[in-house]
Amino acid sequence: MTGNVIEVNNLEHSYGSIKAVDNISFTVKQGEIFSFLGPNGAGKSTVINILTTLKKIQRGEARVNGYDVAKESDSVRRSIGIVFQMLCIDHEMTVSENLEYHGKIYSMSKKERKERINELLKLTDLESKRDTLVKNLSGGMKRRLELARGLMTKPAVLFLDEPTVGFDIQTRMRMWEYLREIKREGTTIFLTTHYMEEADQLSDRISIIDHGKIIVTGNSDELKNKLGKDLIYLETSDNKLAAEVLKSLSSVKSITEDTKSLRVMINEDVTHVLPQIMEIIRREGIEIIIVNIKKPSMDDVFVHYTGHGLREGDEIEKEKEVELEVVSK
Amino acid sequence: MNFEFRAIYWREMVKFFRFKSVLFTSLVQPIMWLAFFGLAMSDSFDQLTSLIPNVSGVPVVNYFSYMGAGIIAMDVLFSSLFGGTTLMFDKKFSLLRETLASPVPRFHIILGIGLSAVTKAFIQTFIIIGFGKLLGMDFFNGYTLTQTLFSIVGIMLLVATFTLGFLFLSGSIAITIENPEGMQSILTLLSMPIFFISSALYPINSFPSILRFLSMFNPLTLLANGIRYFALGTDFSVMGIHYIYTTADIGFCFLGLTIFALAMLSTALWRFNKVDI
Repeated sequence: MTGNVIEVNNLEHSYGSIKAVDNISFTVKQGEIFSFLGPNGAGKSTVINILTTLKKIQRGEARVNGYDVAKESDSVRRSIGIVFQMLCIDHEMTVSENLEYHGKIYSMSKKERKERINELLKLTDLESKRDTLVKNLSGGMKRRLELARGLMTKPAVLFLDEPTVGFDIQTRMRMWEYLREIKREGTTIFLTTHYMEEADQLSDRISIIDHGKIIVTGNSDELKNKLGKDLIYLETSDNKLAAEVLKSLSSVKSITEDTKSLRVMINEDVTHVLPQIMEIIRREGIEIIIVNIKKPSMDDVFVHYTGHGLREGDEIEKEKEVELEVVSK
Repeated sequence: MNFEFRAIYWREMVKFFRFKSVLFTSLVQPIMWLAFFGLAMSDSFDQLTSLIPNVSGVPVVNYFSYMGAGIIAMDVLFSSLFGGTTLMFDKKFSLLRETLASPVPRFHIILGIGLSAVTKAFIQTFIIIGFGKLLGMDFFNGYTLTQTLFSIVGIMLLVATFTLGFLFLSGSIAITIENPEGMQSILTLLSMPIFFISSALYPINSFPSILRFLSMFNPLTLLANGIRYFALGTDFSVMGIHYIYTTADIGFCFLGLTIFALAMLSTALWRFNKVDI
């Protein structure tokens, strides 16, 4: 093996005439957390379903843990753990019974199951809930149990499809802690998310995916630095003119302008550039209403590369769904 | 390596004993059938047929015993026919996902559930036989211990094959149909002809010939006749009708039920391999 746990080449997948995954290639390295960041319906779940052999591969090639997804699905299945997007755990069984069942269907021996269940309950802080029926657990606990279940067979790679969707921020942050711990223990993690922060905080590398295509891949700092070192947010009495004037400065990397504001990306140390910029704008007789300096965030990265925010993406998705309904009728 | 069906079986049984209401009803249901329906029907049948002279020279069996075999068959029919519903809920609540995403072959999933249904059917069968004997059913009368054991094993084999067949059938429907109401109405519709065009409750001798012909291939008839062969003997009379069961008859019961179960198994496999997540 080349140190890549997942290798995907020219993957394509269509539902009828709609291309959900459009010629995607990427690799995930041993031991890293790799994220697919994109709006709902960008094709993230389709990729996960193909990699976990739940969907037949239509075109292209994918290997997981060295096994061909198309031809060696059983070996792939034995190499992976999955946490599905939707909660799917038996509410009428206890915490340990759920793990026990999982170990059994993967033919683990009784001794292995017992040891692993103890380890995992400790890892996910569910030891005190061992004999509690799942229906009496909180949402966060259920998710942690699913995490434990995904790890039951000591998989080479753990797939998580939107692992924290619908959770409050505390629960989400706790979940991230667990995922970091799992990574420290050497498990490779592939996750999809539409939360900027999740991708940003958690991942070693991120692929931004939109309309079935990977738009850019890199670690969080790389992606942000590509945009510029710092970002100045300006609201002025004449944004258009201000943009015009600032464009010529060598320290300015790019300017994004909308009706209300200017986002000026700076290549150099902003503390020196800002006074200069304000001076120039004032000299043109433009009034500055608001100034704000910040480091580029994942949101800015996303907007920069996809040309729209995630919210906008959702609306596009809705249109798509409407289209789909029309097609299916 | 190839015993994953045991995991499925284990899960089904854990849940069977956990849901006290399900457990309770499935144990009480056969008793109710016997106690209320059985006694009421047999008394009126015996009264109606009291004037018919018995066939001389053969052991006479009361209608209650005749019908006891039918009640076993019927009880097992209903519980296995509705037994597949669990699959529909597992699919609906995405519980099936975990198992479908695992390396477990789909055949094992159906087999595991099938075997759990067989276990439940055995429990019900024993309850009916035990309780029936208390109420005066003529099962295994005059049998030696070996004969009784042999007959019980025979009945269990018949019940197992029959249960698997109907569970595979109901599993196929469950995995295809999305909504519980649809499932319910299909099963009810299906159970009507199976139930009435059979020898479970009454002799088929006086059926119109077309119904009589159909009933010969009805799995419920095959099961009820098979149980009678083992429990009541090869030669007896009920309500003035002389019954003689030959080895060919019981062979036909086993053969028919096996063919039925295999056909339903292939249907279930076909439906299961179509399940997408």
